[in-house]
Amino acid sequence: MNIKNYIESGILELYIAGSLSENENEEVYVAIKENPELLTEVLSIESAIVKLTAAAKKDSEYSFATIIKEIDKTETKVISITKPKTNWLQYSGWAATLLIGSTLIWSLSQNNKLKDQVASEKQQLEQQIENASNSLAEAEKLITVFRDKDIISVPLAGQQVSPNSYAKVYWDKKTKSIYLDAKGLPEPPKGKVYQVWSLKMSPLTPTSLGTIDTFTADANKIFTIKNANESEAFGITLENEGGSESPTLEQLYTLGVVAATP
Amino acid sequence: MDKLDQLILQFQAKDVKAYEKLYNMYCNSISGVVNTIVKNDDVAQEITQDVFIKAWNKSDSYSAKKGRFFTWILNIARNAAIDYTRSKKFKQSKQNLNSDFFVDILETSDSLDSSTDAIGIKEFVKKLGEKCKSVIELLFFKGYTQKEASEELDIPLGTIKTRNRNCIAELRTMVGV
Repeated sequence: MNIKNYIESGILELYIAGSLSENENEEVYVAIKENPELLTEVLSIESAIVKLTAAAKKDSEYSFATIIKEIDKTETKVISITKPKTNWLQYSGWAATLLIGSTLIWSLSQNNKLKDQVASEKQQLEQQIENASNSLAEAEKLITVFRDKDIISVPLAGQQVSPNSYAKVYWDKKTKSIYLDAKGLPEPPKGKVYQVWSLKMSPLTPTSLGTIDTFTADANKIFTIKNANESEAFGITLENEGGSESPTLEQLYTLGVVAATP
Repeated sequence: MDKLDQLILQFQAKDVKAYEKLYNMYCNSISGVVNTIVKNDDVAQEITQDVFIKAWNKSDSYSAKKGRFFTWILNIARNAAIDYTRSKKFKQSKQNLNSDFFVDILETSDSLDSSTDAIGIKEFVKKLGEKCKSVIELLFFKGYTQKEASEELDIPLGTIKTRNRNCIAELRTMVGV
């Protein structure tokens, strides 16, 4: 290689400028390695270019301190291998938070459900207690009725249509009312009601005391009915809904005569 | 191995002290080149810093086989500056687009101190013919390849090479290297 011609070609200036291809750059690199004179020339050209370009710099001050701050940052970024771990911690933290949050919401709703349930159960229980005490009061009232010497007890026996039926009337003349215990009567068929009659014997004169419309619904089958008559007997017939003017004697279920008062 | 080669090796081994020396050697040149392209001192300062941070981060990618270290960092700088000129930010800002040549910047530059180099360069630039101005501008400041410069200036490929050689020879005489 003719070193002088090589230098004179201007390839080294282009080499410094970065205007050569990758292959040309490598060729120059090899040539410099083999010929120290070329390196001297390259250094000289580079020095001139560094000075020329530096002259185009404006007023701004430059300090490596600003660079070192930034490269320190990037260094810590590179070194820090715990960073992804922190991220995982963060993610699992969020996941746990989410889990705890949803569990909390779920248990809150469960709690509310339970509260509602407890409230309705409490209400039911209160109702039952109220009913029970009502029943107790009723029972006590009945006992006092049954024990009252002024109350006349009239057993009603089953008749031909329903021999097994029975009933009992407790007649309180003072309050002009009867308590009818109809526990021994069968459920009336649909469309039919029991009708209670006050009877006078000679001649047989029936007076309606009313129909028992709530027979099926009533639990203890004890009904309080007004009776201002001078009854000699009580009878219960099965009538069409709404009741009848006079008893259908073929459907007389029970009948009982009031014992003659001494 | 000369001192420069050693500094470059240390730089590649992430030696901050070695990098500081390289920075001090080339920081003004890089800033000058960037300033010639972006024509804004503040932007040039910012880009120059980015260039040196980028160079540090990708120090592995430098290889002496590919070229000079100065040329390597010069390429990073020119690319960064050219990228900036393609950005909206640059297009929106009102630039003094008349000072297209590095020589205008050199002539208006306040930072040229009284050093012999600076005076020499100013003298050089004053005397520099249009042919030299444009070829130096394209090859060193704008990063044109020999072929691109040949097309841009509409002169033969070989002429670019020799003209550039002669222009740089004048400069070298001026600054005494």
